[in-house]
Amino acid sequence: MIIFGERINGMFTDIGEALRNKDPKPLQYWAVKQQEGGAHYLDVNSGPAIPSEERVEAYEWMVNVIQEVSELPLVLDSTNYNAIEAGLKVCKRPAIINSCPAEQVKIERVFPMAIQYNAGIIGLTMDKKGIPKDAENRVAFAMELVAAADEYGVPMEDLYIDPLILPVNVAQEHAPEVLESLRQVKMLANPAPRTVLGLSNVSQKSPDRNLINRTYLAMAIACGLDAAIMDANDDDLVDVAATAQILLNRSVYADSYLKVFRAR
Amino acid sequence: MSVALVKEKYSSKVGEVVLGATAEQGGTRTHTITVGGDSALPFLHFEGETKNRPVIAMEVTDVVPSWNDLIKNQIGDVINNPAAWAKKCVDDFGADLIYLKLDGANPEGENRSPEDCARIVKEVLAAVGVPLIVEGCDNAEKNNEIMAVIAEAATGENLLIGIAEQDNYKSIAAAAMVHKHTLIARSPLDINICKQLNILIHEMGLPLNKIVIDPTVAGLGFGIEYVYSIMERARLGALANDKMLSMPIICTVGYEANRCKEAYATVEEFPGWGDLEDRGVLWEAVTASGVLQVGASILVMRNPAAVTLVKKNITDLMGK
Repeated sequence: MIIFGERINGMFTDIGEALRNKDPKPLQYWAVKQQEGGAHYLDVNSGPAIPSEERVEAYEWMVNVIQEVSELPLVLDSTNYNAIEAGLKVCKRPAIINSCPAEQVKIERVFPMAIQYNAGIIGLTMDKKGIPKDAENRVAFAMELVAAADEYGVPMEDLYIDPLILPVNVAQEHAPEVLESLRQVKMLANPAPRTVLGLSNVSQKSPDRNLINRTYLAMAIACGLDAAIMDANDDDLVDVAATAQILLNRSVYADSYLKVFRAR
Repeated sequence: MSVALVKEKYSSKVGEVVLGATAEQGGTRTHTITVGGDSALPFLHFEGETKNRPVIAMEVTDVVPSWNDLIKNQIGDVINNPAAWAKKCVDDFGADLIYLKLDGANPEGENRSPEDCARIVKEVLAAVGVPLIVEGCDNAEKNNEIMAVIAEAATGENLLIGIAEQDNYKSIAAAAMVHKHTLIARSPLDINICKQLNILIHEMGLPLNKIVIDPTVAGLGFGIEYVYSIMERARLGALANDKMLSMPIICTVGYEANRCKEAYATVEEFPGWGDLEDRGVLWEAVTASGVLQVGASILVMRNPAAVTLVKKNITDLMGK
């Protein structure tokens, strides 16, 4: 189970302010803190805090200040591909591009860039028309992304299919469809592409956020989830990920398995 | 019709461990031995590298052992003298390294002092140039005493010392750490305890490349299949990047095989079993080749004739 720490995102007030003030400290604080929590990668997203035209410069700056304190590889999260490319240029370790929908124009921009910078790709099972309601159409988009990876020579282990979970309080019917999508995506190719979810989305604006996240994570891992963009500092959530690995017999049990899961 | 070989791809490999230390490295060995490093299941050369040849450590004890005469006769007079016995194992029987078992330390036997044990270790070190494995007797408390003294007396030699077990690992792990030796971590045929013990020892500060796994083995006919499945899980774990199962494995084959009745009962007792001389050799050799197939890196053996057979088997399996 690969954990992408979600916290360095301009949507959070402290990060948004830090980005506007060019103050590296909050980014660096969360880089270290998420690593301690168990993150394997750090997601980096400026959010709306930075105007579009300044994002290229902002991503370069964010990558540099984070790399000053953390050895973790990064997940560059933006719809602005020039900003992502600026970040990729300064990444010291192979990064992941977050994200590319199943749209030809964007595939043509993102996949060659992934090859050029030896980066992974998070592929979204959606197109211009939005997110499908059912598993069948999600998997059809996933297939397009798998075919693109094949065409451009992106190894399957570098392609992370995200079947896009929506908040359960407004779009409850999506939750089981996403689980079914995970199962089917793992059968699309051999070796299979990897899978990822923006986990916290499932619990947006619900009072019992942590419980919903934890429960859905366990369910999704059992269906084939390989990675999650999530709260790496919810210890119970990280424990769920570690325990699910054990209960699926993917890692040999030892009494100290929780500690070992966090060790590097 | 052409057939494409289906090959497994593994994300990691077995860790490498170096045994012994030369003068430059602070010891007195003529050479070191590296074990582990494999990147596939054993001897599947088409899938990955079997990096280091498995090695044979021959067993030497500090008191005359109660082994059957067919083995003792091959060893001859030197059986009274651990240093000379060790030298014979290396010079005449082709042992890659020596496994010295200090049964004489047992309080219920000769009750040798720690200093006496350390002296014997030094004598054996002086007699041979190969790396040395040293284990105590079957009394955990006494072992903690003698291994502390031995580890200090042989500082810098990078002995492989044993044994650490789940309920008694701290003292010997500390001795290994302070005096720069490598440690045998033994678990009772239990993959979960095997992993947990490695975690506990590593948490004390001993690096992973200073630990060798002893999963406990069984002789042919006495549960070797179970041993096989445990070792296979450890190996698959190592290849899947489970660092806490990635150490090379040592198997006390000679001890286990020769506990089996088939290895010592005479043909008069069991006429259908055939001649003991061949049977004893084969029982140990087949036990050894069984665990070789699932990833043993160090075979601890007893019967010189079985050693000859297994060395040939290793050469064949290595394909060179």
